[in-house]
Amino acid sequence: MSFFDRCVEYDKLSIWKFPALEKSCLRDVKKATDESFKSFSREYGELMETIFDPLLYFLIWFEKLLNNTPWPIIVLIVGGLAYLGSRSWKLSAGAMISFLLIGYLGMWKNTMSTVALISVATLLCIVLGIPLGVWMSRSERVQRIITPILDIMQTIPIFVYLLPVVMLLGIGKVPGLIAVCVYAMPPIIRLTNLGLRLVDKDILEAADSFGSNYRQRLFNVQFPLALPNIFAGVNQTIMMALAMVVIASMIGVKGLGMPVLQSIQNQYLALGLMNGLAIVALAIIFDRVSQQYGKRLQRHREGGHDA
Amino acid sequence: MPDIKIQIKNLYKIFGANDKKMLPHIESGMGKTELLDRHAHVLALSDVNIDIPAKGIQVIMGLSGSGKSTLIRHINRLIEPTSGQMLVDGTDVLGMSDNELENFRRFKASMVFQNFALFPHKTILENGMYGLKVQGVKDEQAKPQAQKWLDRVGLSGFEDRYPAQLSGGMQQRVGLARALSTDADILLMDEAFSALDPLIRTDMQDVLLDLQKELHKTVVFITHDLDEALRIGDNIAILRDGEVVQQGNPQEIILNPADEYVSDFIQDINRPRVLQIGSIADPKNKSKGPSMDAETVVEDALQEVIATKAEGVKVTQNGKLIGAASLEQMIHAIARPTADKKGIESYR
Ligand SMILES: Nc1ncnc2c1ncn2[C@@H]1O[C@H](COP(=O)(O)OP(=O)(O)OP(=O)(O)O)[C@@H](O)[C@H]1O
Ligand SMILES: [Mg+2]
Repeated sequence: MSFFDRCVEYDKLSIWKFPALEKSCLRDVKKATDESFKSFSREYGELMETIFDPLLYFLIWFEKLLNNTPWPIIVLIVGGLAYLGSRSWKLSAGAMISFLLIGYLGMWKNTMSTVALISVATLLCIVLGIPLGVWMSRSERVQRIITPILDIMQTIPIFVYLLPVVMLLGIGKVPGLIAVCVYAMPPIIRLTNLGLRLVDKDILEAADSFGSNYRQRLFNVQFPLALPNIFAGVNQTIMMALAMVVIASMIGVKGLGMPVLQSIQNQYLALGLMNGLAIVALAIIFDRVSQQYGKRLQRHREGGHDA
Repeated sequence: MPDIKIQIKNLYKIFGANDKKMLPHIESGMGKTELLDRHAHVLALSDVNIDIPAKGIQVIMGLSGSGKSTLIRHINRLIEPTSGQMLVDGTDVLGMSDNELENFRRFKASMVFQNFALFPHKTILENGMYGLKVQGVKDEQAKPQAQKWLDRVGLSGFEDRYPAQLSGGMQQRVGLARALSTDADILLMDEAFSALDPLIRTDMQDVLLDLQKELHKTVVFITHDLDEALRIGDNIAILRDGEVVQQGNPQEIILNPADEYVSDFIQDINRPRVLQIGSIADPKNKSKGPSMDAETVVEDALQEVIATKAEGVKVTQNGKLIGAASLEQMIHAIARPTADKKGIESYR
């Protein structure tokens, strides 16, 4: 007897009740799936962990570095980076004041953890996402395959993919990082692809007419012209990574998300608000600075006679 | 017979997914509209044969959509042909490997575009250096080389600007310098001056003619403007719906338009000011009158004839008598021809 013959009760077919699989059969299917994934994770879980070890060490190293650096230096670095990115004293001062306030309100250590996580996650997304975007821009077929995957990554309820990640890698920093990246990587891939595709065909033709090979064309012409879009992707990736901070704390990632989670469970309004606002402050700083930087990348587009 | 630099042989281009399959239809006489209606393919070039001499300016003319841009892009293979040959110095560009094609584009042919197509994120100097950088030339050498050509087209002092900060005319000077800096001996210009206003356009034509006197490149120049074609072209080929309807030197085309399309094209020109007495001189004609050089335009010759009350002019080339043109012949020549072949013959 085949699976379907066993599981569908043909004699009870009716248009009033959907002919669903019989309960026991459904249970079998689910069980089989669970079992096979569990045995997969028993078998390969450790291997996976070793694969991700370098990432873990890097994250830990970076977090330690931030925590072991004297706070005035961190504040100065924040201000300096903000200025370098945006060329605006106001933004730079705002960033420094936010960090001072965060520290004053006792959230320094958590903030450092979150900044470390976000930085490493963003870096990982860029390192993986940009080449993927380039690949996608080169071929219609690759684009057709990757686009739905990105849609799934962005729409699938986070807990659904959190579960297998946790089953495979346990609770901790690396699964948190992966969860953040799954959610935050699509924009950088999409916008890299889009940016590269939007580059003026005439300009690419000019590059071709001089005998540029693919690499010369990509790095000298296509990439620089797509940079504003790629940068918008980086900006969105950072924002989405920050949005994941609280959820990542559910699988044991330390940082500003942890207290928020606690306050939800215990109704600590002030604690939740404070840490939530700290996350918002980080988001605003990252966003403004990276947007200003992105704008500066487009300076050449301005006409006029500023020289 | 001058050296042939570029030889276009039986070139066909059909746009569409199954272009090769459409070829038999065209060869058996199907036209552009029919192909589009029945098979949804666009016939862009049909059996094009042109021999382009070395060191001259070959103009390719035609109305919008006649296939000019498509044709010039076959020379450096920015567009793949459906069938045919493109021999440059005897080598078929269309049969080159990727590597050979890259080198061909780097060293042998460079291009100037209608909408300039400068690199907006690079400075003027960096734009000028692009072709050299692609060739693998180091900065120390590329910079002075590019600078030389920027100076040559009158852009000294603008090196550090960005294209968006320059006017159209200046941008196309950059386009020209960028193409010249690779020292390629073929220069492809697709309506390079069409986007410029008339005064600037004349300026640019002068720049090109000036440079050409010194550089002797093989220039393929696309335009839909007959005045421009007559001003700079040593040879003209006229395209219509992807077919060459007439080619030859400008004087021949003006005196002997091959069909209505060509005669429509040339109907607005100022014939007395364009036609040269050399092209109407008749060795058998014995008219008495002043001697004038073959390149004198009819307008000037007529003035002289009327002033001296002569029968016509004696025509000399490099000081040697090659014939004469009577007053009547000159007047016939400046009257507008009809497309009727017989009628045209009688003007001579
Ligand atoms: N990529 C393409 N796909 C389909 N048809 C094309 C394509 N490029 C050109 N064509 C068609 O080929 C024909 C020739 O076009 P082409 O651009 O060569 O004309 P042109 O003489 O340069 O015109 P213009 O003076 O407007 O620049 C036109 O009918 C055009 O519609
Ligand atoms: Mg064109």
